[in-house]
Amino acid sequence: MTRERELLAEAGGAHFILGNEAVVRGLVEAGVGVAATYPGTPSSEVGDALSDIAKEAGFYFEISVNEIVAVEVAAAAAMSGVRSFAFMKHVGLNVAADALMSTAYTGTRAGLVIMSADDPSMFSSQNEQDNRRYAEMAKLPLVEPSNPQEAKDYLVYAFELSEKTHSPVIFRTTTRTSHMRTLVRFGPKLPPRQKGEFAKDPANLLLLPATAYKMRSELAGRYEALRALAEESPLNAGGQGGSDVGMITAGAAYNSLMDAIGEYGLKADVLKLGFPLPLPTELVARFLGQHRTTVVVEELDPVLEGQVRSLAQLRQIKTAIRGKMDGCFPQTYEYNPDVVAASLAKAMGFRLHVRDTVVIEEPLPPRPPVLCPGCPHRATFYAVELVAKQLRLKNAVYPSDIGCYTLGVQKPFGAADYLLCMGSSLGTSGGFSKTTDQPIIAFIGDSTFFHGGMPGLVNAVHNGHRFVLFILDNRTTAMTGSQPNPGVPLNGMGEVAPDVPIEDVVKGLGVSFVRTVDPYDTRSTMIAVREALGHDGVAVIVSRRECALLMDARNRRTGSRKAYAVDQDRCTQCLNCVSNFSCPSFYVDAAGLVRIDPDLCDGCGVCAQPLVCGPRAIEVRAP
Amino acid sequence: MGGQGVVTAGILIGNAVTAAGTNAVMSEIHGMSQRGGVVVAELRIGDVYGPIIPDGAADLLLGFETVETLRALRRAGRNTTVIMSTERIVPFTVSIGDAVYPDVEPVISRLRGDGIKLSLVDAQKLAMEAGNLLSSNVVLVGAACSAGFVPAQVSDLEGAIVEMFPAKSVETNVRALKLGMGAYRWGDQPH
Repeated sequence: MTRERELLAEAGGAHFILGNEAVVRGLVEAGVGVAATYPGTPSSEVGDALSDIAKEAGFYFEISVNEIVAVEVAAAAAMSGVRSFAFMKHVGLNVAADALMSTAYTGTRAGLVIMSADDPSMFSSQNEQDNRRYAEMAKLPLVEPSNPQEAKDYLVYAFELSEKTHSPVIFRTTTRTSHMRTLVRFGPKLPPRQKGEFAKDPANLLLLPATAYKMRSELAGRYEALRALAEESPLNAGGQGGSDVGMITAGAAYNSLMDAIGEYGLKADVLKLGFPLPLPTELVARFLGQHRTTVVVEELDPVLEGQVRSLAQLRQIKTAIRGKMDGCFPQTYEYNPDVVAASLAKAMGFRLHVRDTVVIEEPLPPRPPVLCPGCPHRATFYAVELVAKQLRLKNAVYPSDIGCYTLGVQKPFGAADYLLCMGSSLGTSGGFSKTTDQPIIAFIGDSTFFHGGMPGLVNAVHNGHRFVLFILDNRTTAMTGSQPNPGVPLNGMGEVAPDVPIEDVVKGLGVSFVRTVDPYDTRSTMIAVREALGHDGVAVIVSRRECALLMDARNRRTGSRKAYAVDQDRCTQCLNCVSNFSCPSFYVDAAGLVRIDPDLCDGCGVCAQPLVCGPRAIEVRAP
Repeated sequence: MGGQGVVTAGILIGNAVTAAGTNAVMSEIHGMSQRGGVVVAELRIGDVYGPIIPDGAADLLLGFETVETLRALRRAGRNTTVIMSTERIVPFTVSIGDAVYPDVEPVISRLRGDGIKLSLVDAQKLAMEAGNLLSSNVVLVGAACSAGFVPAQVSDLEGAIVEMFPAKSVETNVRALKLGMGAYRWGDQPH
């Protein structure tokens, strides 16, 4: 049974699934009709599973061009009476924030749930941030599971809560709950409703200063009504009593806390908040009053701790509160049982177990992620670096963006200097172009260009910026697992869809210098770069060649894999291929000979060109 | 490493163990698995809440690649059993001459001298014997099984294989499982 078919199984069975897969099952059990996203780890598997089951399950799934559009799509769909869901990684909520804030004012008709999958310790992100702060700022309720069973159950609850209160609900996970796998018992499915009707009500839906002013009071009232529901919610549980020490916790931190309590046999009363915002102040105040010491155990920011301390002060509740703000717990990075145990030891004063770990003295070779063999980005960077060397470019600046090509920062290319966020390569190039005479060559991917690069490009044309922009079109959104984007004739439902040619967009935005190259053709790519550097304005080069992994998958299916080999009779051991092209399938053997690993070689043939191998010593390997 | 089936191996054990009625919780860090980066899965079986194993507390370290197993040892403790595939995948940093793939034999001898239970399994050879190099992960699951770390019957594992893999590869994977079990039983000589 495929994982995706499994998610449509009948009620009653138990399945060992990922938190993200449990979210998808939750959508099926809540009868959600519309889901929209922009891919981002740790939320990506939600979309991959939805793509596979959408048709059969009967709902609409869209891979939107970016997260704010995804939220806008979901918000309007819910306003038409269809339960809707928008999901993204934590920084995606930054992009969507403008729309998110307004949905709190307009409220919703059918259930609207917005999922933020946060990434403490930034396993695959440009930062870590605590998106519970968005719920506080927007005055939206937040629901947070601690494991996959709760991920499913709490999501269904979130939709019911949203409809009951006409408030959008934020559903928050982290890497350790989204990518956690446990046994999940399935409930009954609800047939999705995909169509509704929009009833006009501009006084309550069109945000103008005058209407927003009125809505603000309603929002305040709604927030307090939500707090009353949090007080009674089955998602806020625990506090059995019987101990001097109380612990307030939420999310993934709950798991590490319970493991630490188990290991050390700690006596503590644990209040787990699955619906922590708005904070159920009566519940918490009662809990504080029952304990001499209260420890707040949460990852990242002291969101709950800050409110708990304020509450204790306001109500003059006598309890010693321990947490981050008094230095017991860290404010950075994710929690694990060791971090929690060490912090609890500080708060409660007990001795930690000493565990002998094994130490290896030998230095081990680092194994950073690298561009795949056959990756077209490697070929593009190689061409750019060769031109930079030939022209003796002084100190060229390489603004970069978010995608596989960010790995171009590695040796030997060093082709990524500055990165802020999705699409920032455009705006930052503009800033550099106005303040320095250094040559500027920026890199952005196809998906990222559509996501956030277009405004920065028209800005550059209109404001007279001067730089070279490479749009690296590998025909997919690769880093997150190969999802489609508007440049590709495929949509989130797996259907053929209209694709938007990047060159047309670029010309439409006013760029006069547009070239298209195949990066596997190093010579043509170099000619284009040289020409672009001479252009007085914005010069765009679309470097188009499909992602190596897509090519591999196709070659495996059609059985037409080929690999290259070094002809040792012709090789002069100049090592240009190893040192300056650096495909991971190359290695130098014990005898000092350069070889290509046929299992890793992708058969792209870029290394066989004279511009990489001057002696022409690389050729197709005999089968 | 990405592509070696680390996560699948974890899911296989997790499915078998939960089918046998025991709780299992798994975590996976696989963000960069497609780009030659390291993949780590942690599986906790029994009465536990969280998916993260405290440092030094692992019962078994199942290593799919030699250098990565050595790297993961800092998560292991004196009492951790190590079952390591002899497969070596040279990192990019070594191929371009920026680092050295260490001489592993002396490290293994020293660890054994220090009392660490360390077994080697030639997972690739056994996978080829079973019929497909891609089943090397199931070979290692077999070894973990006969070393006593999987509280499930062989039938539970076979059932999980049938559920998880395409029909045409079931026989190969069951063979790989059995070969892995046999490899561990013979001790630490790579077969």
